[in-house]
Amino acid sequence: MDENLPQINRRKFLGRSASWLALGAAALILPKAHAEEPKAPEDPMRVPGALPRPYGERSPFIKTARVGGAGPGAPHGWGANAPNNFNSWTPLQDLHGIVTPSSLHFERHHNGVPLIDPSRHRLLIHGLVKRPMIFTVDDLERLPASSRLAFLECSGNSHDLWLQVNPDFTVQDTHGLTSTSEWTGVKLSTLLEAVGMQRGASWMLAEGSDSAGMDRSVPLTDEVLNEAIICYGQNGEALRPEQGFPLRLLIPGYEGNINVKWLRRLKLGTAPFMTREETSRYTDLMPDGKAYQFSLVMEAKSVITSPSGQQQIHPGFQEIRGLAWSGRGRVTKAEVSVDGGRTWQLARLQEPVLPKCHTRFLLPWRWNGQETVLQSRCTDETGYIQPTRQELVKVRGYNSVFHYNAIQSWRVERDGRVRNIYA
Amino acid sequence: MDEYGTSTRKFLRIGLGALAMALACAWTSVSAEESGGYGIGRAATDEEIRAWNIDVSPTGEGLPPGQGTVKQGALVFAAKCAMCHGPTGKEGPKDKLVGGQGTLTAAKPVKTIGSYWPYATTLYDFINRAMPFNAPGSLNPDETYSVIAWLLFQNGIVKEDAVIDARTLPQVQMPNRNGFIPDPRPDVPSR
Repeated sequence: MDENLPQINRRKFLGRSASWLALGAAALILPKAHAEEPKAPEDPMRVPGALPRPYGERSPFIKTARVGGAGPGAPHGWGANAPNNFNSWTPLQDLHGIVTPSSLHFERHHNGVPLIDPSRHRLLIHGLVKRPMIFTVDDLERLPASSRLAFLECSGNSHDLWLQVNPDFTVQDTHGLTSTSEWTGVKLSTLLEAVGMQRGASWMLAEGSDSAGMDRSVPLTDEVLNEAIICYGQNGEALRPEQGFPLRLLIPGYEGNINVKWLRRLKLGTAPFMTREETSRYTDLMPDGKAYQFSLVMEAKSVITSPSGQQQIHPGFQEIRGLAWSGRGRVTKAEVSVDGGRTWQLARLQEPVLPKCHTRFLLPWRWNGQETVLQSRCTDETGYIQPTRQELVKVRGYNSVFHYNAIQSWRVERDGRVRNIYA
Repeated sequence: MDEYGTSTRKFLRIGLGALAMALACAWTSVSAEESGGYGIGRAATDEEIRAWNIDVSPTGEGLPPGQGTVKQGALVFAAKCAMCHGPTGKEGPKDKLVGGQGTLTAAKPVKTIGSYWPYATTLYDFINRAMPFNAPGSLNPDETYSVIAWLLFQNGIVKEDAVIDARTLPQVQMPNRNGFIPDPRPDVPSR
């Protein structure tokens, strides 16, 4: 009987509800795993391994993490701005492939992450519709589902680079406000059919139920009507709270902010609603004092993630790896320069190459130990070529804050240290 | 809290009972045919829409009854806003709200309500939903109109005796009203 005890206990354990399991896991497993430095056995083949657990954790040896921040001008790091950390950067230098683990997806929120009970959450659709309707999360999950991989990028990604180049920045600091997930939900068009969109409806207010009540106007173009999803799923499970649990709007290719999280309301109208986030913010000030408004699409951009800022490389073989993406469609070409932009080589695009999605590019390289500058540039299916910094600032000046998509330059120094530079 | 969550706190006083009754009645009123063929979701009642319909448009649509003056606004701002925006709205540490006119072409533009915001109605939409930062939605309509009156006065946009309400706010001409152009991108010539 005694020797059967562990098994019986395990069965009982597994028979309980998921929430009980989660609590149990938190109480029994997490403190141990987090409190101690991992100690691996001398020979893992000589001791039985760990048993299954209700919700998986990464290896305790893996420490890669988001870095917090407070927005333009503020220093990067969790400690520097507490309690005003309203965004966090994805550690692009540590990721493989194209999908960002949900736990490492970048964050930007406007007054913290709300705690929402999904059973009480509602989505109201009204305004210029024939039948104003309310949907529960369960309702939405019953409707025909749609999934796609898509990147999100905060339009403030790389904002530091407009004005200054911090040589100590990593690719996480310079480009970490972008991530890719598989998003699942109901197509916006399915819901607009249900409510009966009225003639003349050309804009839609999307409003979140966070304490900023974040609201943005969405143009109801064919592109938006065909592609927008009201999401409840991210990478196979429910949205993370930081990503809008239980519901968010996703408009592939459009700037992060308009993908309203914690979505509670859609209101159709004939004109933009001119909210604070599309007038005072998320508008791009040009040198002549005018500002671009509703600059929603994220233009093509790429960056080498390895070797990248603060990494240390060694002479010999070094695969250059990076990410490229475009809000206008597929990346058709990624090129790499290992001589500061004088010559360019075509990088291999790793499958899958999907529209409005991070695309991994790869190029074998042998570092000869000499100082050099690494760059990448991409082209998308519209023929748009990622600009140099000089080309970008010539048109937009230095104060537009948003939508910086210039070619990134990493200098490899003689000692193998990689630095963030302008070239 | 009822099922409608955080942002209805100011509407709770209009009668939860009526809301609940309306909800119950509305539950079955959408036929399968009406809801796009799936029979999923239900009709929203007028009461439910009213409780959540808090946005304010440049036309003034959505502005509630009530009014505010510059003098009252000074008191509200000092008590509820100055801790983040500074005593005159210029000091910070959070967003500068006052001044900056004429700086949009400077090396360091100062984007404030007076120098940058194109519509005065946006002030109502934003303050009502998101401010004060530590207690969003806690100002009543009179307090909100008042603090808007004070901010507009501080920026030299309205006179000291201005009364701001649903009729006057949409008429306020903001200095940077014509400062925005539709997205012209792609705007950077390729090689």
